Amino acid sequence: MAETILEIKNLVRSFGAKRALDNINLSLEKGTVLGLVGQNGAGKTTLIKHILGLLRAESGSVRVFGMDPVADPPGVLSKIGYLSEEGDLPLWMKVDELIRYSAAFYPGWDSKYAEELQKQFGLSSGAKLGSLSKGQRARAGLLIALAFRPELLLLDEPSSGLDPVVRKDILSAVIRTIADEGRTVLFSSHLLTEVEQVSDRVVMIQDGKIVIDDELATIKQEYCQVSLRFKSPQTVPPSISGGLHWQGDGRNWTALWSGDTDQLLASLSALDGELVSKRGVSLDEIFVAYAGGEKS
Amino acid sequence: MAMRLYISPSDGVPIYLQIVQQIRRLVASGELSPGEELPSIRVLAESLVVNPNTIARAYRELEQAGIVSSSRGLGTFVAEFSQSTSRSERRAVLAEKAQALVLEAHQMGVPLSELNEIVTEACNALRAINPEENHG
Repeated sequence: MAETILEIKNLVRSFGAKRALDNINLSLEKGTVLGLVGQNGAGKTTLIKHILGLLRAESGSVRVFGMDPVADPPGVLSKIGYLSEEGDLPLWMKVDELIRYSAAFYPGWDSKYAEELQKQFGLSSGAKLGSLSKGQRARAGLLIALAFRPELLLLDEPSSGLDPVVRKDILSAVIRTIADEGRTVLFSSHLLTEVEQVSDRVVMIQDGKIVIDDELATIKQEYCQVSLRFKSPQTVPPSISGGLHWQGDGRNWTALWSGDTDQLLASLSALDGELVSKRGVSLDEIFVAYAGGEKS
Repeated sequence: MAMRLYISPSDGVPIYLQIVQQIRRLVASGELSPGEELPSIRVLAESLVVNPNTIARAYRELEQAGIVSSSRGLGTFVAEFSQSTSRSERRAVLAEKAQALVLEAHQMGVPLSELNEIVTEACNALRAINPEENHG
């Protein structure tokens, strides 16, 4: 068994009357790239803030590298490379000042790697962070998150509002991070093609609850889009278990479906219908189906 | 070594399977020849910007299917297979396409006899421009 990097048990968090996180259980093994997806306000950032120790668990527990991030912030934060959408960089600093400052902060700082990244990203030493473009600022943030070779790279919507070239830099950094020494990555994104491209495992949060948590390849195998045709028109979505997000009217219906094919065929023949087609789906289609309809 | 692979993450087909299918096709068509070395997992992962575990899984599947063989430390190579293996490999690739074609015809409500006619017409058209096919 691989080493467990992150262990969250029965985590609950409310903001006023709203349950932001509702009994979250999540564990993350070393060497995994975990993609965290969910709609805005689903609880992704709240979850990440608990991992960073910025929020205290209302109930339940959070352990990162076996430590409580609230009780031992330096112990945990010195092992996490973090990049958020906002970037939180000190905008009054110049690039070289930021690098010197960060090098002093992290014991494991790798100056050679930092130099290599600076060159690769085209960040000039004398440029003030505040006057950089959004893309260059994201690259500076990425450099800081990577150059101390953290055991866990934590990216919260890193690609938001960035152009494709910068987004590719970020994804390449994710790949290099785990290709290098089998380090671990957790990243949240609403760009689901990016999540599909680099993740081993995908966790989908909806209204503070985890609705999907599985290997990406398994998810892609389990879910498919089915098209059905019935002898007589159906006025309501057909009652077929495993179907989600029914669309259609009359004789033709489609749905996102997972389950046992024999069972599907049996329920279909009972309803005087036939399976017209069954095809694989993208993560995006699964996401939309979950966001748009309750499971029947 | 430049191996032309195109990954479409939002496709319904898992990425590892896209890689498997494309390498099978490259081998079947002879673009990759026996003994040729495939890029390392790391190099391919970085060039495609795809998780290395995904590449490793694809290579594992290809190895199990006898398409490639890997030796620890040396790398992954296209397997030396017999004429009959490469023939069955070509059949497997075409059978997959045929399945998709038949399914599509069914979805459009085209009878299989009509599909047969369409395929025969396509064969005739190919013979017309490439007489060598007559011997096949």
